[in-house]
Amino acid sequence: MTTTDVAMHMSDGIVNAPTSLIFGVISIVIVGYAAVRARADLDDRTAPMAGLVTAFVFAVQMINFPILPGASGHLLGGALVAILVGPWVGTLCITIVLVVQALLFADGGLTALGTNVFNMAIIGVFVGWGVARALRGLARRSRGRLLATAFVAAFVNTVVASLGFVLQYAIGGAAGATTGTVFALMVGFHALIGIGEGVITAATVGAVAAVRPDLVHLLRTAPRDAPATAVRGEGSSA
Amino acid sequence: MTAPDTRRRSRFLLGFLLVALLVAGGVSYLASSSPDGLDSVTLHGCEVTETSDGEQLDGTCIAQNATDHATASGPLADYSVGGAEHSVGIAGILGVIVTVLVAGGLFWLLRGRTKPEPAPSDDD
Repeated sequence: MTTTDVAMHMSDGIVNAPTSLIFGVISIVIVGYAAVRARADLDDRTAPMAGLVTAFVFAVQMINFPILPGASGHLLGGALVAILVGPWVGTLCITIVLVVQALLFADGGLTALGTNVFNMAIIGVFVGWGVARALRGLARRSRGRLLATAFVAAFVNTVVASLGFVLQYAIGGAAGATTGTVFALMVGFHALIGIGEGVITAATVGAVAAVRPDLVHLLRTAPRDAPATAVRGEGSSA
Repeated sequence: MTAPDTRRRSRFLLGFLLVALLVAGGVSYLASSSPDGLDSVTLHGCEVTETSDGEQLDGTCIAQNATDHATASGPLADYSVGGAEHSVGIAGILGVIVTVLVAGGLFWLLRGRTKPEPAPSDDD
């Protein structure tokens, strides 16, 4: 391992100051709202679980796996946290990971924190949750289907989160590549990373479900005996 | 909640913490040091050369606009302890401890009144 390790998240200077500021404000508002909504999902049982899920995501994000010669990827964790602790708490989990990484480990720029939170803690978590929730009638039925749900949700969260960067680059990106090139490369790389994200997410959700299915938010919140009602209230994403 | 339940739960949470510590403290040594997806995109078009004072980027790429990190000289910057080689595991373990304390503390403060039993909330 080289000592001049590259950072894993967006550095400062990649998108301009106004864009960073806009996404910073949007992220503060949404994370603040998530903190309000998270209270309903946190109790004496789930709060310690959520703390550990956060630490687990921090740990696993350190593990870059190779995707192509000279390129790697790592877990983003959106679907993982959403399935285990729900989207509101999950948004806070990923935000905490990104803040710790930026402040303590110089990983992800400080002015880029808002953009990184927007992409990974907000887009990643809610897209992952949206997919998992749409499939949760299926996920409840067998372990295999739960793993498949986790895999698909994680794959989609990775690719869509990468589009967040494309959007930010299109709005206020520094020079160096066209938006079309950035789009094609981001989606290409993150489709590969999404496979790794899917495998890690399915393995983790499967392991937790095997010993403590009651600690899997997605399973806990699924309607017990009326899978048809799973689409009820699609407007509230929680 | 009965005592065996609490013990079982504590064992599970302890196991979860151990896995996180093992991943950050051990598996991290096996991690690929190649640029990740985003960095590969921002480095696209550039030739990266390792020099004595960091990476030199030749060509045209987005990463040339990246500025130095404000906490780049921090004690745990780039997942090393004071820049020491092979200290990624120690940095990782410290990171897990900090994260679990910050997150656990915040979630503990945010938690609502504990329901008598884990009844499924409406459609949440």
